[in-house]
Amino acid sequence: MSELKTPIYLDYSATTPVDPRVAKKMMRYLTPDGVFGNPASRSHSFGWESDNAVTEARANVAALINADPREIVWTSGATESDNLAIKGAAHFNQRRGKHIITMKTEHKAVLDSCRQLEREGYEITYLDPQANGLLDLKAFKAVIRDDTTLASIMHVNNEIGVIQDIKAIGEICRENKIIFHVDAAQSAGKVPIDMDNLKVDLMSFSAHKIYGPKGIGALYVRRKPRIRIEAQMHGGGHERGMRSGTLATHQIVGMGEAFRLAKEEMAKDNERLMTLRTRLLDGFRDMEEVYVNGDLEQRVAGNLNISFNHVEGESLMMSLKDLAVSSGSACTSASLEPSYVLRALGRNDELAHSSLRFTLGRFSTEEEVDHAIKETRKAVEKLRDLSPLWDMYKEGIDLSSIEWAAH
Amino acid sequence: MAYGNKVIDHYENPRNVGILDKDAKNIGTGMVGAPACGDVMKLQIEVDDDGIIKDAKFKTYGCGSAIASSSLLTEWVKGKTLDEAKEIKNTDIAKELELPPVKVHCSVLAEDAIKAAIDDFQSKQ
Ligand SMILES: Cc1ncc(COP(=O)(O)O)c(C=O)c1O
Repeated sequence: MSELKTPIYLDYSATTPVDPRVAKKMMRYLTPDGVFGNPASRSHSFGWESDNAVTEARANVAALINADPREIVWTSGATESDNLAIKGAAHFNQRRGKHIITMKTEHKAVLDSCRQLEREGYEITYLDPQANGLLDLKAFKAVIRDDTTLASIMHVNNEIGVIQDIKAIGEICRENKIIFHVDAAQSAGKVPIDMDNLKVDLMSFSAHKIYGPKGIGALYVRRKPRIRIEAQMHGGGHERGMRSGTLATHQIVGMGEAFRLAKEEMAKDNERLMTLRTRLLDGFRDMEEVYVNGDLEQRVAGNLNISFNHVEGESLMMSLKDLAVSSGSACTSASLEPSYVLRALGRNDELAHSSLRFTLGRFSTEEEVDHAIKETRKAVEKLRDLSPLWDMYKEGIDLSSIEWAAH
Repeated sequence: MAYGNKVIDHYENPRNVGILDKDAKNIGTGMVGAPACGDVMKLQIEVDDDGIIKDAKFKTYGCGSAIASSSLLTEWVKGKTLDEAKEIKNTDIAKELELPPVKVHCSVLAEDAIKAAIDDFQSKQ
């Protein structure tokens, strides 16, 4: 048995380590004896070699999603891609209309881009998910208007890991001449994506969620039919004018290599992750008052978001000294509000406060999962012994029948 | 969230966890907070004939600072008269536990809990 190293990283949705194979390749694009030239330099081999590296990386990113390399625009990450896609498409098409549809469970990069557009006079519809986290297509159709120009629906949710049916949503959008943006930061390399098969017009990617470096991402911009967006970053006219700024060769090479490896290893990784996640969930199955948040079937393999009722998430994490996980509870400052994603599912606030998110990844092991189960069970038992709500539950008192003094 | 040593100590070794008979005449029970807000504190005191708090027990659902605040409070109130216990201020708790500003509400809840327990005891007399 190998030595178990702690703390154990179980927060792969927050970020992943760079795969050593990726890091090794990146190192060759930095130092004086490496390929450090500016890819935009046309007059010497330093520039040409860098440009070749960028071209190869672009092809690798495009290949993972079966796109044309010319449809890939480099950005600093999915946050920037979301901003560029949403504001860029909304601005470019404002004469056609100013109504946008999105969901309450989107990442803040999408929601806050929409908020900004609201300040500029756009109207946004924020749809509730169903209780399992998935979009109700009928509800989506029902809010489409003549002046709807853009819809932004994420592929995989970062908190609960549910997979939206972007194929079906794309069909609806195309029929209604709505530009469709998808935030795929959490799905690339985890769920097969085939742009030939999807009526998605804009798609956001990030490298650091799939074993590439932080600070680099991409926006897919469809060529057929051609989607036009207004640049948000102005300058030297890089990336066909859509995003100026000297290309970060080493970052781009890292993202390209990460995407290449993802294409090769996705099927194998997913199979392993599914086994590990099932093992993790099975480790909690016999406990009372445990709830999985979000649909368990339409879900990426590495995600388990689970609530241990009557135990508060932040104190739970405090007990899990050997585990790096995250919680939907936010017992801080002015905002005592738990995760907006869990609330949007219609989960009561107490269950949202009691949630933990385990996200497994390429370097997770069976031993780590077993240790996580042991630690979590111990902590939940300890905190339930401390919890007045647990006592009341055990006495058969309906907690919702009590008038609590909100504070 | 990084916690101070005192919070961690109380969290890991909570003092006076337990339940007293809430129907007994010499017991006062205070339960404050709300599950939806992420913390509920239940504090119980046992008061002797001289009006001195002989024993105190707590159960808390909440973050580490909430648990530590209630644990510390049970230590402080034991041996005090009801009037002395009423004088305990949330700022004293926050200071002793070195709570960061975002966690001060936990100490406020603890102050509310002892006041509620004393009220409950007095209403029974
Ligand atoms: C769904 C989703 N969108 C966008 C982002 C932001 O990505 P980045 O860190 O590359 O800006 C993240 C990661 O936090 C995410 O999970």
